[in-house]
Amino acid sequence: MTDTERAVTTLESDSIDDAVAELADDGLSGYNFAYLDEHTKREVRRAILKGIAIPGHQVPYASRPMPLARGWGTGGIQASLSLLGPDDTFKVIDQGADESVNAANIRRLADRTADVDTTSDTTNADVIQTRHRIPEEVMGDDQILVLQVPITDPLRKVDGSDAANRRRHAHKNYGRMWVHLYENVVEWGEIKISSRYPTMVAGRYLMDPSPIPRWDVPKLDDADNLFVFAAGREARIYAVPPHTEVEPLAFEDESFQVERFPDQSCDACGSDDTFLTEVETDDGRRVYSCNDTSFCAKRQDDPAIPKDHHRDASGVDWGPGTPDSEDGSTAPSGGDGQ
Amino acid sequence: MTLLTVDALDKTFDVHAMGDQRVVGLDDVSFTVAEGDFLAVVGESGSGKSSLLKCLYRTYEPDSGRIEYHPTGDDLATCDGRTVISLRGEEIGYASQFLDEIPRVPAVDVVARPLREQGMAADEARERARDLLAALNLPEQLWEAYPATFSGGERQRVNLAQAIAPRPRLLLLDEPTSALDPDTRAAAIDLLATYLDEDTTVVGVFHNRDVVEQVADRVLELDDAQRVRLVPIHEYVGEVVA
Amino acid sequence: MTLLEAEGLETIYGEPCGDCTDYTGDRAGTNQCPECGSVVACADVSLDVEPGEVLGIVGESGSGKSSVAELLALEASGDGQVDGEVTLAGHDGNLLDADYQTRHEIRTDEIGLVHQHIRDGLDLSFTGGGNVAEKLLAAGWRNFGDVRERVRELYAATEVPVDRMDDPTDTYSGGMQRRVQIARALATDPEVIVLDEPTTGLDVSVQARVLDTFRRVQREQNVAAVVVSHDLSVVRLLADRTVVMRHGEVVETGLTDRVMEDPHHEYTQTLINSVI
Repeated sequence: MTDTERAVTTLESDSIDDAVAELADDGLSGYNFAYLDEHTKREVRRAILKGIAIPGHQVPYASRPMPLARGWGTGGIQASLSLLGPDDTFKVIDQGADESVNAANIRRLADRTADVDTTSDTTNADVIQTRHRIPEEVMGDDQILVLQVPITDPLRKVDGSDAANRRRHAHKNYGRMWVHLYENVVEWGEIKISSRYPTMVAGRYLMDPSPIPRWDVPKLDDADNLFVFAAGREARIYAVPPHTEVEPLAFEDESFQVERFPDQSCDACGSDDTFLTEVETDDGRRVYSCNDTSFCAKRQDDPAIPKDHHRDASGVDWGPGTPDSEDGSTAPSGGDGQ
Repeated sequence: MTLLTVDALDKTFDVHAMGDQRVVGLDDVSFTVAEGDFLAVVGESGSGKSSLLKCLYRTYEPDSGRIEYHPTGDDLATCDGRTVISLRGEEIGYASQFLDEIPRVPAVDVVARPLREQGMAADEARERARDLLAALNLPEQLWEAYPATFSGGERQRVNLAQAIAPRPRLLLLDEPTSALDPDTRAAAIDLLATYLDEDTTVVGVFHNRDVVEQVADRVLELDDAQRVRLVPIHEYVGEVVA
Repeated sequence: MTLLEAEGLETIYGEPCGDCTDYTGDRAGTNQCPECGSVVACADVSLDVEPGEVLGIVGESGSGKSSVAELLALEASGDGQVDGEVTLAGHDGNLLDADYQTRHEIRTDEIGLVHQHIRDGLDLSFTGGGNVAEKLLAAGWRNFGDVRERVRELYAATEVPVDRMDDPTDTYSGGMQRRVQIARALATDPEVIVLDEPTTGLDVSVQARVLDTFRRVQREQNVAAVVVSHDLSVVRLLADRTVVMRHGEVVETGLTDRVMEDPHHEYTQTLINSVI
């Protein structure tokens, strides 16, 4: 893994207060660097560290009011703003798109209060904040993915009582979730959970990976990068450190399966190994296109560009379309279906 | 060989409800029973006949005395409950006068149950049960019916069949033919004679003198909770009944 | 060889003054301590169960039989102050002191409990089959086909119609719900199963069916059982040995037929004489 060209700013100060004062002009005048006060950042960072120390365990934290309504990523923003340094590059996507209104607003907040560089290029970002997707391109060990989470507890589906669920997590008592899975198979003949798929982290805690599609769930397992999950309304943070075992819940004979697009390919770039969404064009046609817009743009330039084009490492497992993914499918072949 | 030695058996009931009245059931009763013996217990109502059988089966707990069961060496009067349960399952059978109904179990399965508990396969057990019920003249259409609706005589036949089916080493019978008509009674006696092994020991209370004369080897007479006499059958038969 | 043994079981609700057990019980004729007002649900209760054996616990309201059942099944609600020892063959030490994980494992694999109140024993929002499957899944079964097969087996054994397996439990009749509880308790082939008032609240014909089912299954699987009931005929039908309780204490123990036909203790005699 090559080092990216990052200039590291060395501050010579006697105290944190002095160091912060030195950066005062880096952001928006009248606001602390990256909007949040240092105590808040410390609390959020501590929560993140605890989350890393206990993978999959939900760590409560005092979630601050943000200039954004609850339910729109306030947790993710608090995490990102606590992690971003002045020389970091920040990418924000919402349902895979950099240009959605929400993503754009979050990006602008960071730009204005922390004066960080922003990008839509996954391979160039240090911190990526995302709502409900993990990028198609493989992430590396110097990157952090911050996921926005609406409901942090996977057990909420089977019991509304928070107190009871916390006890279950403490005792690793996940019987009720297994019954839920059993009844799902009974009703549908297969596991038909499409998002918020319950996963077992490091064999200990059951985790809600946020509403990412099943397509993205395998990326969590044994990744090079850090995943931080943050919820502002629920006031909880959890994390999956690099190289952690993350296993979606399944039966021996009813396995976890990702979405399939056997006959479809992207209308814009022709890819058949990316997660596609159905869109209605202006002239009323229904077409499929890559959900990850920034990668789609790259594929439009170079249809054969692989998802790990930016890395030297081989044997990559980052979901469908990568050599070692359990799905088996490899580089794009141009839409002949399978 | 002696199967059973009963020594100075005492049983008194402490009836709290009647102001702690004490009712003597058995008073210093002693006797022995040889293997293969058919001992009939006779006496007036209330003389202690049923109490004796119940003490032997441990449904009543004697106050003092011994009941030595020689094949295993246990004292039935004082050994712990689990030993009794084990002996009841394997060695000692009992038929009270009235059938203890078990809801929703057809007659044939009531009889088959002790055989199943001995390990016999279900089909074989039910077949043996049917043979016994047939030998006791129980109408075939009742075999799969629930005994709860049977007449007294019909129930008694089921009761007798289930007691003798597993061929226990010691069989305790309390008035097993009292409600049977003469023909069926004869069939029952016949069955007792033919079905049981020669070594089966029987201690039975019989109301009917004829039956006693037909089946018993010896007779134990009780009166007012006490043993009056124990005589061979020919001595008992030879008496003139006053 | 003893399978399950209890010694000196005691549960007191409230703030015990230390003398509560002296002032309550059979001779005192009350469960409530006149000094401090605490309620002694059970005190000084000792009993044991051997493999394959059925022990009955009979008593009226306030006898403490349900408290004992809860303690034996390691499911004490936690409100009362508990004392005494429960030991299970194959495990060291007092299970009442064991940590949550150990007790949870034992409850999953070795001791089943059929609750008096359906809501304590089943989740009515799950399917009937789901309730039974929960036991298996908690025990680590991970093959869906195997789980389904086992649930069908248990349904057949407890005579619950297999075609109702995927219906919500709250659509089942009371008797069926009771039998699903039995199926669930038996799912992992436990060593012992505790039944708390298995027939209370059921219609007579349904009672017969539940008892019959349980008798048959108990014999076939040779599972030990503790049957707690205020109904003497239930205990008479099912139990080899019986314990009689009153005001939290054991007043008599013995072979079931002996207790029923030759009761020694005054209270037992009253109880037997009271049966209609």
